[in-house]
Amino acid sequence: MAAAAKAGEATLRHAFGNVLSFFILLLIGVLAFSIRLFSVIKYESVIHEFDPYFNYRVTQFLTKNGIYDFWNWFDDRTWYPLGRVIGGTVYPGLTLTAGTIWWLLNSLNIPLSVETVCVFTAPIFSAFASWATYLLTKEVKGAGAGLTAAALLAMVPSYISRSVAGSYDNEAVAIFALIITFYLYIKTLNTGSLFYATLNAIAYFYMVCSWGGYTFIINLIPMHVLLCIVTGRYSSRLYIAYAPLVVLGTLLAALVPVVGFNAVMTSEHFASFLVFIILHVVALVYYIKGILSPKMFKVAVTLVVSVGLVVCCAVIAILVALVASSPTKGWSGRSLSLLDPTYASKYIPIIASVSEHQPPTWPSYFMDINVLAFLVPAGIIACFLPLSDASSFVVLYIVTSVYFSGVMVRLMLVFAPAACIMSGIALSQAFDVFTRSIKFQLLRILGFSEADAGDGSSANVVPENDAVKVDKSEETIKERPSRKNKKKEKEQMEKAQAEKTSAKSKTEKRLLVLPMELSVIGLLLLVFMGAFYVVHCVWAAAEAYSAPSIVLTSYTHEGLHVFDDFREAYAWLRHNTEVDDKVASWWDYGYQTTAMANRTVIVDNNTWNNTHIATVGTAMSSPEKAAWEIFNSLDVKYVLVVFGGLVGYPSDDINKFLWMVRIGGGVFPHIKEPDYLRDGQYRIDSQATPTMLNCLMYKLSYYRFVETDGKGFDRVRRTEIGKKYFKLTHFEEVFTTHHWMVRIYKLKPSKNRIRGKMKKSKSRTSTPSSKRSGSRKKNPWQ
Amino acid sequence: MAKLLLYLTLATSLIPLFSVAFSPENPTDRRVLVLVDDFAIKSSHSLYFGSLTSRGFQLEFKLADDPNIGLQRYGQYLYDALVLFCPSVERFGGSIDVASIVDFVDSGHDLIVAADSNASDLIREVATECGVDFDEDPAAMVIDHINYAVSNFDGDHTLIASDDFIKADVILGSKKIEAPVLFQGIGHSLNPANSLVLKVLSASSSAYSANPKSKLSNPPSLTGSAISLVSVVQARNNARILITGSLSMFSNRHEKSGNEQFLTEISKWVFHERGHLKAVNVRHHKVGESDEPAIYRINDDLEYSVEIYEWSGTSWEPYVSDDVQVQFYMMSPYVLKTLSTDQKGHYSAEFKVPDVYGVFQFKVEYQRLGYTSLSLSKQIPVRPYRHNEYERFLPAAYPYYGSAFSMMAGFFIFTIVHLYSK
Repeated sequence: MAAAAKAGEATLRHAFGNVLSFFILLLIGVLAFSIRLFSVIKYESVIHEFDPYFNYRVTQFLTKNGIYDFWNWFDDRTWYPLGRVIGGTVYPGLTLTAGTIWWLLNSLNIPLSVETVCVFTAPIFSAFASWATYLLTKEVKGAGAGLTAAALLAMVPSYISRSVAGSYDNEAVAIFALIITFYLYIKTLNTGSLFYATLNAIAYFYMVCSWGGYTFIINLIPMHVLLCIVTGRYSSRLYIAYAPLVVLGTLLAALVPVVGFNAVMTSEHFASFLVFIILHVVALVYYIKGILSPKMFKVAVTLVVSVGLVVCCAVIAILVALVASSPTKGWSGRSLSLLDPTYASKYIPIIASVSEHQPPTWPSYFMDINVLAFLVPAGIIACFLPLSDASSFVVLYIVTSVYFSGVMVRLMLVFAPAACIMSGIALSQAFDVFTRSIKFQLLRILGFSEADAGDGSSANVVPENDAVKVDKSEETIKERPSRKNKKKEKEQMEKAQAEKTSAKSKTEKRLLVLPMELSVIGLLLLVFMGAFYVVHCVWAAAEAYSAPSIVLTSYTHEGLHVFDDFREAYAWLRHNTEVDDKVASWWDYGYQTTAMANRTVIVDNNTWNNTHIATVGTAMSSPEKAAWEIFNSLDVKYVLVVFGGLVGYPSDDINKFLWMVRIGGGVFPHIKEPDYLRDGQYRIDSQATPTMLNCLMYKLSYYRFVETDGKGFDRVRRTEIGKKYFKLTHFEEVFTTHHWMVRIYKLKPSKNRIRGKMKKSKSRTSTPSSKRSGSRKKNPWQ
Repeated sequence: MAKLLLYLTLATSLIPLFSVAFSPENPTDRRVLVLVDDFAIKSSHSLYFGSLTSRGFQLEFKLADDPNIGLQRYGQYLYDALVLFCPSVERFGGSIDVASIVDFVDSGHDLIVAADSNASDLIREVATECGVDFDEDPAAMVIDHINYAVSNFDGDHTLIASDDFIKADVILGSKKIEAPVLFQGIGHSLNPANSLVLKVLSASSSAYSANPKSKLSNPPSLTGSAISLVSVVQARNNARILITGSLSMFSNRHEKSGNEQFLTEISKWVFHERGHLKAVNVRHHKVGESDEPAIYRINDDLEYSVEIYEWSGTSWEPYVSDDVQVQFYMMSPYVLKTLSTDQKGHYSAEFKVPDVYGVFQFKVEYQRLGYTSLSLSKQIPVRPYRHNEYERFLPAAYPYYGSAFSMMAGFFIFTIVHLYSK
């Protein structure tokens, strides 16, 4: 009777816990969504930054023309005159997702604009991502850790920085896809179900559709499989978790046009195939071991190993030869720069020039993951008590992602979920220990009878729940060897397992005996830490990461200043230039120009053609006449430069100029960086080199600048400019925005007549001689 | 009512004015302003002016320092061409100055400049703006002790005879100029890098430019055939300019010389009665279709056609030539093809779009000596194949299809055998 009542109580508590978890998850979703709305509230519902504008434009095209036209879209408005096959070079996941949402809403008669859908895609998917984190962590360490991790992920600043409302970029959906793929992998690993394995392949397909970061998955999972094999954790569940993923996943990945044959041709994917082969060999070995007697098995092993080694060596030699025959060893530049952090800065300035490809600074870790940085080690330790397949995967995930985040600041985004999972585990284990020891202390103080009554109180539900979960996970650990079909192995394993669990229970027992005061203080400290984290996250979401970067604001003692110069300039282009006019600018502004001004650009943020970008860089760093000739040969009508000197906007073209010189000089050797440097620095003041003062970028940025304050004081470089009064001969200024942040120039047509030599000797001698002196003066500064 | 009448009269009085105006459809100049130093030139050069009026030009003679002259009124040019027969003018009257003359040319109007041995700085500056440099020595004249006119009696051999014409029928007419041209004035030089200016009549190799009154102390700066006597300029907007260092060349004095024929023919060219081309009806379409597509696919066969006409002074005549070429251009020409003509001004070519996608241009850059330059470009994107435009089944891949299907069948049988045997 009592047992039945207890069982009923347990199920009731279980049901209650599930309902509570459900509502907590719902609230976490709401939190994840709403914390990302600061940008809409503080600014407006706009698309942010650079890449999102391209995605937005692609989505518009998709909703207007349908999927087949999108697939075959040849865009003649970018990369003039080369054009770009957008359908074949874009990861379509994000676009298709937003397009589907829009289509669904429209067919439900909810007439939202494409832009609105695009703006809110990222917050919606971050809610999904936190739920996926819950599932993943639950598989690893139980529901308590799952809920904590989900709550942490919902507001981790690193993820917020890429998924605020309006930040319509691939990462917005890719992080969700990444976590759900990991979850399904772990789920398959824990259950051995082919159903989840298939779902896993589909989730992987979605990830491949969404982001180039899918190579992380297809390298991390093989690594984990290899780890499992090496540590003797091979099981049929591992086989089911991995083999279908490789086969189905690779087939599906090859369906994405941008990946195509890369899925089997590039080195990024080779690891998975190699592990696939190893897995089969191991499976075969286990199978043979099962059917042969030990003596026979030994003979077979020596035979197979000797033959197999020879074959393996031959295959590997061929593979190495094949791979080595390509200059980059079959790796793409971005992957190479991941493996060798100095690669990009040495060989590919175009990758090095992107700020998000730089290594992060230490403070950025504390900015982006805050207290999680301290919790992660604790989480790793918790993962080893006990080490299961799932927890070893999470450990592997965090170790690799820490490395990658150290190479590229952008990959902090991959690191953040791992940090959240680890911290979730750590926090929940700590809470577990503290609350349980409080409970035991209370039991000791109050006696057993009262403890039973106190058990039902809601305060103790969570630890109880956890205890159940821990039991369950131990059960699965015990279960595992029994599923194996080899008997000796099983016996051995069981013995070892039994020892392990007993040892573990001992340690658990020992851990549980914490003094009451210590537990209470520890709990309080943890709560404080959590509170600090929440405060930091809200601050980061509200202040640091919500700026759309096309509208800028600044607070001064006079109040709020809004700089809406970018949209002003793009609107001017849209309304005052011909539809087919070409606009040249540095590649950062390419996506925005095509999306907002609807004008053809020469280069844009999809930096697929280094030579083309180098051509623009060369033009910007050449004297006016040479630049005019380059631009004219590209049919350019307008040149757009971004200039922050008047209002102190630091990421303007003069500050990006060193990359124009480097990238241009990398392809066209007559552009030499030392010509622009004085004392190893790019200077624009009176110390600047003549080459610098005569280059197009200087002239277009500072033309008429002295008229603003009479001195030509540049607020970004905090200096007076070197050359204040000059005229443009081949360009004319057509538009400058209110704060001078964007300046648009038009190429003058070539002269109608060619002047003779005589008379006006002043003007005649000045133009050619300055050119000649420019070329003559090149050498002394080297 | 009265107002309406006024408008009507105004309108009717304006109509003839407009009908004779220069236009792309009717490129010959009609209204010519002649600026002279004094009206005596009107009679002393009457043969030349007569030839112009007989061809239908309305000449308006004004003194160069007349305070009421002006090239434009209310933003509209009053004349289609300007003739400066005023070598000694130091300052133009009215609103005319060097800048306004240059603007006049830059807006597509024509100009004839005749200097003389006493040419003022103003005239020299106009010439320099057009790319012609008169000898800097103000007293210098072109002297030729071998090819001088025998009728010249003062013995300093400044009236020289030259027959070193440019070899271009379109500029000087198809009829050969038999007699040499008599020239007395200052020479000029051209910058060889200047592609717009042409030497129409150059001095013989024995000529030099110096002051005939003084002794030659140092070598003359301009010698031989580098001296240009008459030059023409065709600006990039096809405005045409004639510059010569001799005003007397136009006068009635030189009867037996080739002057009259030479000047008549060259003024026909300057006033666009000859050598003015236009291209119309630029069309392109796929072979077998007639509509112009918005985009081509790689390896499409297409047909490009254009009609080119030449202005004969009164009507547009088909222009016949076998050297008109079309480029299919993307940073460099991928296809360069000579257009075939049907002798009625219609040019066409068929070619295959190259196996490269991108934004191409159909370009016709037709620049021939003496003709107005034709520069046509039309942008057209070329796309790659769509996903369903490739071959569906490759014959070479049949072994692979076979192996895949046999593999599937084999696996199916294997599974059945494995599961249900025993």
